Amino acid sequence: MNSELIPTEAGNQKFLQKLQAMGIDVHACFQCGRCSSGCPIGDFFDLQVMEVVRLASYGAEDILLQSKTIWLCAACETCATRCPNAIEIAGLMDVLRSLALKKGIAPAEPRVPMLHRSFLDSVKHWGRIYEIGMLAGYKLRSGDLTGDMKLGLQMFTKGKLKLVPQGIKGKAEVRQIFSGKGKEYDR
Amino acid sequence: MKLAYYPGCSLEGSARDYDHTVRQLCRDLGIWLVEIPDWNCCGASSAHMTDHEIGMRLPIRNLLLAQQVGLDILVPCAACFQRLKAADQSLRADPGYWDVKDYSSPPAIVHISSLLARDDILARIREKVSMPLQDLTLACYYGCLSLRNPRVTGATDWETPTTLEQIVRAVGAAPVSWSHRTECCSGSLTLTRPDIAVRLVGDIVRAARRAGAKAIVTDCPMCQANVESRQLELGQAEPGLPVFFATELLVAAISGSYPAGQQKVHLIDPALLNRFFSQAAPAGEGPR
Repeated sequence: MNSELIPTEAGNQKFLQKLQAMGIDVHACFQCGRCSSGCPIGDFFDLQVMEVVRLASYGAEDILLQSKTIWLCAACETCATRCPNAIEIAGLMDVLRSLALKKGIAPAEPRVPMLHRSFLDSVKHWGRIYEIGMLAGYKLRSGDLTGDMKLGLQMFTKGKLKLVPQGIKGKAEVRQIFSGKGKEYDR
Repeated sequence: MKLAYYPGCSLEGSARDYDHTVRQLCRDLGIWLVEIPDWNCCGASSAHMTDHEIGMRLPIRNLLLAQQVGLDILVPCAACFQRLKAADQSLRADPGYWDVKDYSSPPAIVHISSLLARDDILARIREKVSMPLQDLTLACYYGCLSLRNPRVTGATDWETPTTLEQIVRAVGAAPVSWSHRTECCSGSLTLTRPDIAVRLVGDIVRAARRAGAKAIVTDCPMCQANVESRQLELGQAEPGLPVFFATELLVAAISGSYPAGQQKVHLIDPALLNRFFSQAAPAGEGPR
């Protein structure tokens, strides 16, 4: 991690206000390290979870949004579960990811948001997940055309993948959820 | 008993056999399921991880549909369960925030293992068993989302849960005591960072073996798929540990058969069950 001093006045106040509004009390952290020690993915992170929480309390949004950590977090909720101060750390990771996407910051692990996007496109289109379509969308986006080919074929021959998508009747309602219209999206 | 049923997308796709065994088991136990009409995807991790609003509104639509059915909701998928619980919590606190006028009769959201581990249901299971899985050593694997975060899931015993152990004991199996029962299998990272998935699954499988388990049993479709599929890349000297759904084992023990169609869906050969069913197993299809 960068060892330069982070001046508190550089902290992003809007960011801190958003966390406060969502009930994510990063200032309650006393750096005990339970979150970091229980994290199953920590070995692959560039910022440990306790560093994420502390940087968040500084309002150091830029450093956080450019990290690999926010994309490699699997949302397993071990950190938030074990935090003695009940800080919603997994919720903090959600806020960081959605901010990074909204601000168009190049993700340090680009394939992860590509998968989320492919997944959500499928939901938006059919109302439910159509696995083959979702996977094809991800493969095309990421350019990872050969990865897991053998596994995919195996799953296919075992009849684990549904061949024909089944849309729901309420597709219009689901699209409305994705439409971005209405006051709720100003939140 | 009558419950609304939310299968979720996995149970229509890669975990279709989970859906079949849930439905069969409920028939066997006298639990009537009413599938929530026109349910939609709960958004899974992808929605809440990237957009709070979408991550809440997708499960909220399902909750409102369930409210019309007027029954508590049975959810076999751990991820769907957690997303429905999160939406329910927010909706109960302030329906107006989500533009919902009436959430006065919220359904209870029940994960399958907490239903099956109820005393009366366990008694019913014990009564119905025709072929006990006597002394089959199993590692009960919970993963994350039916337990965490307990402030959302309402789990009371999130570090040392016992529901799966109680369930498999009811059909004669011998659950082992082991270290990785609630560790993460890497979830959806399995597609984007298979290297991480292989590492986490390797740790889980080695821990299960150390404890003497011959197989793993779970109640999460994501865990089942990940722990079987990523095991294929571990280069294990011995045959891999098959990962069963708890309902799969229960249906087998109750019906006294483990059909070829059900065996076929495993990526790791579940032949170790054949010693219980070698004479009883009729050739043909999986459970309907």
